[in-house]
Amino acid sequence: MAITRIIIPRLVLLLFVVLGVAIITFTISHLIPGDPARMIAGDRASAETLENVRRNLGLDRPVVEQFTIYIGNLLQGDLGTSLRTNRPVAGDIRTFLPATLELGTVALFIAICLGVPLGVLSAVYKDGPIDQIARTVSVCGISMPVFWFGLILIYFFYAKFQILPGSGRLAMGIVTPERITGFLLIDSLLQGRFDAFRSAVYHIILPGFVLAFANMGVITRQIRASMLDVLQEDYIRTARASGLRKGMIIFNYALRNALIPSITLLGLALGDLLYGAVLTETIFAWPGMGTYVVTSIQTLDFPAIMGFTIVASIGYVLINLLVDLAYMLADPQIREV
Amino acid sequence: MMTDTVQSRGQALAIHNLSLEFPTFSGAIKALDNVSINVAKAEIVGIVGESGCGKSVTTMAATGLLPKGRYRITGGSVRLFGHSTLTMDDSQLQDVRGKMVSTIFQEPMNALNPTIRIGKQLTDVIMRHEEASLPDARRIARDILADMLIGDPERVMKQYPFELSGGMRQRVLIAMAFSCNPGLIIADEPTTALDVTVQAVILRLIQNRARRTGTSVIFISHNVAVVSQLCDRLYVMYAGRIVEHGATRTVLDAPQHPYTQALLRCLPERVAPKQELEAITGAVPNLMHPPAGCYFQPRCKEAIDLCRSRSPQLAGADGREVACWRRGVGPEIAEQGSRQ
Repeated sequence: MAITRIIIPRLVLLLFVVLGVAIITFTISHLIPGDPARMIAGDRASAETLENVRRNLGLDRPVVEQFTIYIGNLLQGDLGTSLRTNRPVAGDIRTFLPATLELGTVALFIAICLGVPLGVLSAVYKDGPIDQIARTVSVCGISMPVFWFGLILIYFFYAKFQILPGSGRLAMGIVTPERITGFLLIDSLLQGRFDAFRSAVYHIILPGFVLAFANMGVITRQIRASMLDVLQEDYIRTARASGLRKGMIIFNYALRNALIPSITLLGLALGDLLYGAVLTETIFAWPGMGTYVVTSIQTLDFPAIMGFTIVASIGYVLINLLVDLAYMLADPQIREV
Repeated sequence: MMTDTVQSRGQALAIHNLSLEFPTFSGAIKALDNVSINVAKAEIVGIVGESGCGKSVTTMAATGLLPKGRYRITGGSVRLFGHSTLTMDDSQLQDVRGKMVSTIFQEPMNALNPTIRIGKQLTDVIMRHEEASLPDARRIARDILADMLIGDPERVMKQYPFELSGGMRQRVLIAMAFSCNPGLIIADEPTTALDVTVQAVILRLIQNRARRTGTSVIFISHNVAVVSQLCDRLYVMYAGRIVEHGATRTVLDAPQHPYTQALLRCLPERVAPKQELEAITGAVPNLMHPPAGCYFQPRCKEAIDLCRSRSPQLAGADGREVACWRRGVGPEIAEQGSRQ
């Protein structure tokens, strides 16, 4: 009951967010200098050709009419046609988004799996050697630029020792598994294509780790701080006074409470991952949304840029919704009221 | 586990000359100075004194609950049912706590885990110490909650702490403390955070269950009135030292130490109506630089030169002792004290 009470208003809100984002991106795309028709027709095209291109794109109509058409199409899931690739933007996004989501998910998984235990150990052995190491690692993660760290890893693991591949999602010569979810790791397993799975795992390690590293630092610090708070609480003293084992106190009694303030952070981290993916994908030639958007911006491909912005904003709203639902799961005080 | 040693048979807790300090950058804080407290089996004992006088530190040191590495035991011993707790490692202490000795803390607002259901918090403790399956543990938890006069134990066990009133939470904590039938319960200001109307009920719950099961109890309180109704014997602490102890009636009816007398004069119920309440002038001494001689001497109206130079030792007979040069201490005992 309570869950639908949270979800339904959010979905209504989502419509307004999308509308707002559409208005803003549409306005900006019509305000900045640069003529898409000329980009397509080329510098030496005649006035007549330009006029033709404009008419085909609908750029000769009044701005308000253009906007109504755009919104009308948008509501039908049509994000327009890319000026660069001449394909529907929605189709392009469907092609490239899963690669980014796969990379982001793997990165978040790595960041949580390393960051949470590191934060816990850091708090439990505060000021000890483990804490010092964990704090150094997290500061490095937060302050090291993604492109630099990525290049360093490529240099050592790919160029020098040739342990791991440095670009792409699959090795040359391996046939891409048939698309089911768009996640190569899942699709290859579903089809029993273990050669593709192995290759996909090898390929995702470096970019996944690069993307995870910065967020791992943030997570470690947050978990450490909230664990230190929680370990001071009276209920931890009660648990100790009852003779509960240390491991049980730390993981069942303390971490459960320490995770609550970290949920917001995980939501933010998810947003960060999408943003960090743009740089990471460029470095590792990962065929995802990041690469797609960068090229679109370079070629003033407005429909593509707008399409990406709208999809990204929907993503943010959904992440926030997930964060709120996660709060309900973790904190009974929110759930039961 | 080890068997009881001969001299401690019949004793639930025997703290002997315990001294403890907290090292800080600017010097050591001498939190406890030669504290001796004995609690017989099935006896109910009170420790009273102002905040910061070392009541909680004494019992937390005895149960190994003080933060590791932040304190130093400088002397003395603790025997809990014959076992020396000061020499135990973490794992041994974890076996002892909850099973031999349980502590009920103040501030029930935060003393239960906010994200875990009451039932699970109880069964976790029961299954930690008893050979009980989950259904067994739940039955034990239900029975003990009912014994704490909780009307609908099944429902309470499914609830979270924030859904309960302060009084109910405190009952749950008491139930948890009694759940593995420990021989000693330490009730550290168990009612300080509660409404006056609830206080008496809660205290009676602890007292009744303890009397029925032969459990020893230490009540720690800064409120003499609360403790006096429940305890067989009283210890009065001041600035990390025991200044007076004896049977509750004798201590309250004929207080000897000037501090005890002053403490009792602060109680509204012991002063005639319309008469002004007294306050003890001055403040508790700084234990990093304690005064010479008796720690109460700077605030004491009866202090003489001897008080300012030498610490009085506890002296007396028949389980009644006072640490004061002006009371019950003959010249020969003063002589002994001065030789120390």
